[in-house]
Amino acid sequence: MNRSMANRFTPYMFMAPAAVIMAIALLYPLGYMVWGSFRDWNPSQTIGEAEFVGLKNYITLWNDPNFRESLGVTLRFAFFVVTFEMIIGVGLALLLDREIRGMSVLRTMFILPMMIAPVVVGLMWRYMYHPTVGTFNRFLDSWGLPKVDWLGQYALGSVIIADIWQWTPFIFILSLAALQSLPRSALEAARIDGATGWQQIIHIKLPLMMPVLIVTGLLRLIDAFKVLEVILVMTEGGPGLSTEILALRISRTATEFRELGVAAAMSNYLLMLLLLLTVAMFAFTRWQESRAARIRAAVEEDA
Amino acid sequence: MPTIHLDNLIKRYGDLQVLHGVDLQMEDNEFTVLVGPSGCGKSTTLRMIAGLEDVSEGEIYVDGKPVSHLEPKDRDLAMVFQDYALYPHMNVAQNISFALRLAKRPKAEIDKKVREVADMVGLTEFQARKPGALSGGQRQRVAMARALAKDSSMFLFDEPLSNLDAKLRGQMRAELALMSQRVQKNMIYVTHDQIEAMTLADRIVVMHGGYIQQQGTPKELFQKPVNKFVAGFLGMPPMNFLEGDIEDTGAGTFIKGDGFALRLQGERAATAKAHKNKQVTLGIRPSDLNFDADASAEDALSLDVMVSEYVGAQSVLLCRCGPAKVMVEVNSETPVALGQTLTFAVNPNGVHLFDRQTEAAL
Ligand SMILES: Nc1ncnc2c1ncn2[C@@H]1O[C@H](COP(=O)(O)OP(=O)(O)O)[C@@H](O)[C@H]1O
Ligand SMILES: [Mg+2]
Repeated sequence: MNRSMANRFTPYMFMAPAAVIMAIALLYPLGYMVWGSFRDWNPSQTIGEAEFVGLKNYITLWNDPNFRESLGVTLRFAFFVVTFEMIIGVGLALLLDREIRGMSVLRTMFILPMMIAPVVVGLMWRYMYHPTVGTFNRFLDSWGLPKVDWLGQYALGSVIIADIWQWTPFIFILSLAALQSLPRSALEAARIDGATGWQQIIHIKLPLMMPVLIVTGLLRLIDAFKVLEVILVMTEGGPGLSTEILALRISRTATEFRELGVAAAMSNYLLMLLLLLTVAMFAFTRWQESRAARIRAAVEEDA
Repeated sequence: MPTIHLDNLIKRYGDLQVLHGVDLQMEDNEFTVLVGPSGCGKSTTLRMIAGLEDVSEGEIYVDGKPVSHLEPKDRDLAMVFQDYALYPHMNVAQNISFALRLAKRPKAEIDKKVREVADMVGLTEFQARKPGALSGGQRQRVAMARALAKDSSMFLFDEPLSNLDAKLRGQMRAELALMSQRVQKNMIYVTHDQIEAMTLADRIVVMHGGYIQQQGTPKELFQKPVNKFVAGFLGMPPMNFLEGDIEDTGAGTFIKGDGFALRLQGERAATAKAHKNKQVTLGIRPSDLNFDADASAEDALSLDVMVSEYVGAQSVLLCRCGPAKVMVEVNSETPVALGQTLTFAVNPNGVHLFDRQTEAAL
């Protein structure tokens, strides 16, 4: 082997261990899941014993009103959660992006919820939502207001509030970082040009933050589709199917209904949804990079 | 256009005081240049006028009315920043028209104004480009056009040319001088470059360490600097300084130092006589030293040539006079050998005397 060939292969040699681990840890289970989704598979069987049923699991699911309900819950949950978190997170960042004493302490406090383990968050909120001894109802009671059936009648809303509490900080810190990296002098120029605080936000800050906000929003959306622990602890998907998000339904299908094939097919639906979002995110960043490259090329051409 | 008056302006950042009472009066349509070394407080002064920094003490008056409580947008001014401060997500036309759009001017008027100023600075073909797709010089022009479009009565510039390469800087400086004649507004211009200051200014304000050192026309400051700092800051190559003592003898008033004994004449002799036996610093600009082999010793300096820098028609010689270094300019045709001792006649009107302790001019 000559030297140049050796040089060409060296990087691949270094990458090989990582690639092997990836293949075993990632691709094998994934393949297993895809393979299993085509079978009528009971947990007492090995995958080889299970009967091959083609696309039956997928079709059954598509026609299953409970699955559709669950998909609907997931979509609604993700939509509301991400919308509110973006609005509140970006709003807080805009509000707290200033140099006053104690601000750094305040900022640190704001990101605490994100650091708490999801199970603990779930337990905490379940306690606070408790119909009789919960913080909220006791508070309402003390003001003489009627109690609210948080985790019953308004379960989805209550779960959404808990998630907003936990994940708004994520949007907040990323927005704050984006804000603080904005060109200071452009904002000063805007002040001189006559922009009020609101106009600075609308015409300068938000447009310049937009690339970061889009990626942040997509990341949050991907995460929101996968949420499990907090809801599991708070409501276990109930009452009825009102908070049964896909991840919960998958786990119930596998353990309670003992339908591994259907659970696998459902996982694949979720996977496709997430893949779509991930591809959208990468497409967006690629598009941005290529646009930046085009602009650079144009400048060099002029020079 | 308004008169601007800074009254004992003081700026503190926490406990650190960076401006120690700046008093300044700027008349109608005057081009004022604040010049000084980096960190002397020029930008701070300008930004306080703009309203981007709070005033710690003192007041800013525009046409006699205090303005230090007003927001930048209410001060009727436009500003060009060192890094241009363009809006990266807007194209050239949108950058230029931003202030007008915020002011909700009619669309036809905005379009007309944008065309007019884009034309003025030579950006007509680039109106649809974003700043990222422009060269440094073009961005500079956009910043200028954006300021012009506002039609404010005051223009502030914070080192607008210092990010450009030398050739472009010279070109833009000339265009700026032309523009300032055409638009007839109050201009306040901050720079650390004394050449920009000398060429552009109606009035130069030299700052150092948070104090105004001297203000006046470029000529006044060049000919009658009030202290050693101003004398050394303006002029290129810079003024030479030699330490000496004043001695009044029967033969005249002399300033004597290591390697020279120079006879003072006229007014300067009289001034020096009044400060007999004082330790002084003698200042002479390179342009006031003329190569003259026949000059008498008491009207001339004898200098040992150390280095010769060829810069075209002129050469700059770095010489030694006793322990001090002295720069002179000679015609490049003059035959000069390194190590040679040459005699330079001193222009009697180009002699500056400074108190060595206080550094104030005598
Ligand atoms: N935000 C700030 N906080 C503390 N010190 C500052 C701040 N801005 C400027 N200074 C100090 O004030 C002095 C003057 O700064 P500046 O006006 O920017 O100088 P220049 O003449 O170079 O424009 C400098 O010593 C600088 O370190
Ligand atoms: Mg500065």
